[in-house]
Amino acid sequence: MTDDGGAPAVQATTAPGAGAGLAVRDVVVHYRDDDGTVATAVDELSLDVAPGEVVALLGPSGSGKSTLLRAVAGLEPLSAGRVLWDGVDLAGVPVHRRGFGLMFQDGQLFPHRDVGGNVAFGLAMAGADRAARKARVHELLALVGLAGFAHREVSALSGGERQRVALARSLAPRPRLLLLDEPLSALDRALRERLAGEVRAALVATATTAVFVTHDHDEAFAVADRIAVMDAGRLLQIAAPAELWHRPATRRVAEFLGYEAFVPVATAPAPVADAVGAAEGVLALGPGSLLADADGPLPGRVVSSGFRRGVVETEVDVAGVGRLTVVQPSGAFHAASAALPAPGDEVRLTPDAAAIAVVPE
Amino acid sequence: MRHPAPPPTPPPAPVPARAGSAAVPADGGVPTAAIRARRRDLRWGRGEPGRGEPGRGERGRGGSGSDRRGRARWLRWVAWGVAAGVPLVFLGVFFAYPVLSLVGRGFVTDGALDLSGFGDVFGRDRTWRVVGLTLAQASLGTVLAVVLGVPGAYLLYRTTFRGQGLLRAFVIVPFVLPTVVVGVAFRSVLAPHGPLGFLGWDGTFAGVVAALVFFNYAVVVRTVGGFWAHLDPRTEQAARALGAPPWRAFLAVTLPALTPAIASAAAVVFLFCATAFGVVLVLGGVQYGTVETEIWVQTTQMLDLRAAAVLSVVQVVVVTGVLWAAGSARARRERALALGAPDRVRAVPLALRGPGARWSDRLAAAVTGVVVVVLLGLPLGTVLVRSLRAPDGGWGLANYANLATTGGRNALDVTVWQAAVTSLRTAADATMLAVVVGGLVALVVSRRPRSRAARRSVRVLDALFMLPLGVSAVTVGFGFLISMHDPFGLDLDLRGSTLLIPIAQAVVAVPLVVRTVLPVLRAIDTRLHEAAAVLGAGPARVLAHVDWPVAARSLGLAVGLAFAVSLGEFGATSFLARPDRPTLPVVIFRLIGRPGAENLGMAFAACVLLGAVTALVMAVAERLRSGAAGEF
Repeated sequence: MTDDGGAPAVQATTAPGAGAGLAVRDVVVHYRDDDGTVATAVDELSLDVAPGEVVALLGPSGSGKSTLLRAVAGLEPLSAGRVLWDGVDLAGVPVHRRGFGLMFQDGQLFPHRDVGGNVAFGLAMAGADRAARKARVHELLALVGLAGFAHREVSALSGGERQRVALARSLAPRPRLLLLDEPLSALDRALRERLAGEVRAALVATATTAVFVTHDHDEAFAVADRIAVMDAGRLLQIAAPAELWHRPATRRVAEFLGYEAFVPVATAPAPVADAVGAAEGVLALGPGSLLADADGPLPGRVVSSGFRRGVVETEVDVAGVGRLTVVQPSGAFHAASAALPAPGDEVRLTPDAAAIAVVPE
Repeated sequence: MRHPAPPPTPPPAPVPARAGSAAVPADGGVPTAAIRARRRDLRWGRGEPGRGEPGRGERGRGGSGSDRRGRARWLRWVAWGVAAGVPLVFLGVFFAYPVLSLVGRGFVTDGALDLSGFGDVFGRDRTWRVVGLTLAQASLGTVLAVVLGVPGAYLLYRTTFRGQGLLRAFVIVPFVLPTVVVGVAFRSVLAPHGPLGFLGWDGTFAGVVAALVFFNYAVVVRTVGGFWAHLDPRTEQAARALGAPPWRAFLAVTLPALTPAIASAAAVVFLFCATAFGVVLVLGGVQYGTVETEIWVQTTQMLDLRAAAVLSVVQVVVVTGVLWAAGSARARRERALALGAPDRVRAVPLALRGPGARWSDRLAAAVTGVVVVVLLGLPLGTVLVRSLRAPDGGWGLANYANLATTGGRNALDVTVWQAAVTSLRTAADATMLAVVVGGLVALVVSRRPRSRAARRSVRVLDALFMLPLGVSAVTVGFGFLISMHDPFGLDLDLRGSTLLIPIAQAVVAVPLVVRTVLPVLRAIDTRLHEAAAVLGAGPARVLAHVDWPVAARSLGLAVGLAFAVSLGEFGATSFLARPDRPTLPVVIFRLIGRPGAENLGMAFAACVLLGAVTALVMAVAERLRSGAAGEF
């Protein structure tokens, strides 16, 4: 999305309080349980989403990402802070006048309406006439690959079909911002991966600005222009996927992304420190940071090893670094069928500077 | 917070100074026209930007929108105020006021408050015996109704078999029969020469309890069954998969999940038992009197209004206590429960024989069979048989032919058919009132407001509208009589009004409507409301497009129930019905009280007529409901 049309993502990150798109400013949301206990779900969080941009909110469960989404939609009251659209404060604008769409984890299709009736709901609320509704329903069902499903009962749909209908329903009234709350989490993995691609395609095709909540890394990287990492109600970092992966802002972010070992530059083994060339900070190493190499400068001892889809993953204990996953292509069938490295085996490793991140102390 | 000004943080140059006042579409304020153009180009259909989405331009705008929002919020408060206010006023004028007038008579002597009645009444052994008996009868009746009713709920709502619809309609008949008729029916069954005379239960505690269970069996079956029908069976299946035998899975998983429904049903049954009137009067006499019959005795026989008032207060206190306990038990669990998606909940065919036979089905079928035949069938059958017994001792339809007369020795002022027409008209009016008022209550009480105070008031409202269930219809009827000749000091005698009886019946029926519609409304996932709101539906349209279609199917049942209860209502109606415009139950009572085999025979025929009409109404309501459920 950012490769044409004036790079809105850059503009949004560099201009806090900016006008275009969504701006979340110092938002605090308290969550009150039925038993009266109050927890801070979102804690002074600020975020910008430029028009046409897809931002993923990534974080462990309970990190407040869904609450933030609901607050933006107007479903949770803000305890402090502001939510703005195009520079206009949305405080007091009720949910149904915000012109945002929200897609739930389990779809929440209206059980008393058929597929077409569900997709047409938002259009009917906007006052579209019958012909316009019909055309739009047809168009959107085709977009999500459910052409001809308009008269099906929603109870007759599979999980994946339900989510497609929910997506079509959310997109039908052309929301200025689409909020997706773990839209694929309830689906099985293969379907999730395929639908993630289709959701991305649908969002791009309709140029929809979207915020996408997920706890699934692959989903976030597959769908988003930028990823916002949340933890304990706070925003840890927001960046494009590549930047996030290669330049995690903090050790917490790096840990969350899957970096496994953290070594201060000062105490790192010389080959690693030299390869990276950083003067200070902590080196974050993850799968792929160290490569198996018979002539490598680093010795390591195999802890465990296993065959995965097309690769062999070996957990290696590296002196001065710690335990780390080393990923190698499994090679041809015969090589792959050969014995895997056994626990206790000595291996030699060489650092790949490009796959080692530097985070502040 | 709702001012149209730009954000306090100094905005960078491209931001319009007052986005709200700028005459731009919703996308207005986007700094570069290029982005806007690009978005529009990429949009679906490439049509005119505004096409198919009128109204959207307003969204999120500041400026005059803030006034509109203020007005919308104000309107919303007014709407909910009216929704809560109409039932409250109805309840206040036609329930609280008459009842308090009656109670006031007992405590106000010469314009001064006089509470000496309490000490006086509680000094009597008789009072303590009556209170103890009331509690014992109600407790035992409730326990038995629940124990017998749960298998019935399973059989009628979790399995399918031929004739199930008929059986469901049959089960509800006792609940809506006039109490005096049931009393007489039980008496004739338990009398020394009756079919169950060998039990020696005539005029005993056991006889009264059996009649109470007869009445309230349907309450348990329908309340628990309606809930059970929507319960997600997969939790029980999970328990089975974890190694629990069927009975264990039922006890550990299903029964706790049913607790809110059972608690709700038990509370209602307890209230009905504790305030039962006609049936206790006929079966137990003075020996096994309850607080309710005692109020009647003190009011009409001993003319001791003070004692009656004291007992009314005692009854209200007990009822309020039970309501509170049941309400808090229910509220704790009802909301936490998610009803299964309708496609997952499917009743399974009854399996009594063959390789797939289940012991649970056999047990439920056996228990329900015995209950239906002995407890429900026998008294009803006795009434039917005796209606066919002609006054001259032979068999035939002579009693039914006599329905077109005014009875032997002109026992009545009108024919029974005329009374039947009056009954139908009255019940129709009462139903309309009860459904409107009860529907509003259910709607208000089903909301889950955010603020704690609002939540509490919703709970209070919930409990308030259960009160008419617990306060005796006799008290309501008598209260109407003494308060409605000059309501609130106005020179307006309402006692002659044809609306008075429908109103009194509606007061009795409202709690039933609430209990029928409320669980259905509460079971709607909040996120379904949110989904509609996000798609642009305002609060009113969420109600119209989400709550209404879902609640409408239970409303059909509520209409049937209210109609049936109004048809059979006796306690209050007996006080208010004018001799020239009696309802069917009043006519039956009068016929029973008059001497002569002809009148008694007519009474039984009229009972059959009333029972048949009631069953028909319930069957239609049932059909409406299942038809609507098919859309689901």
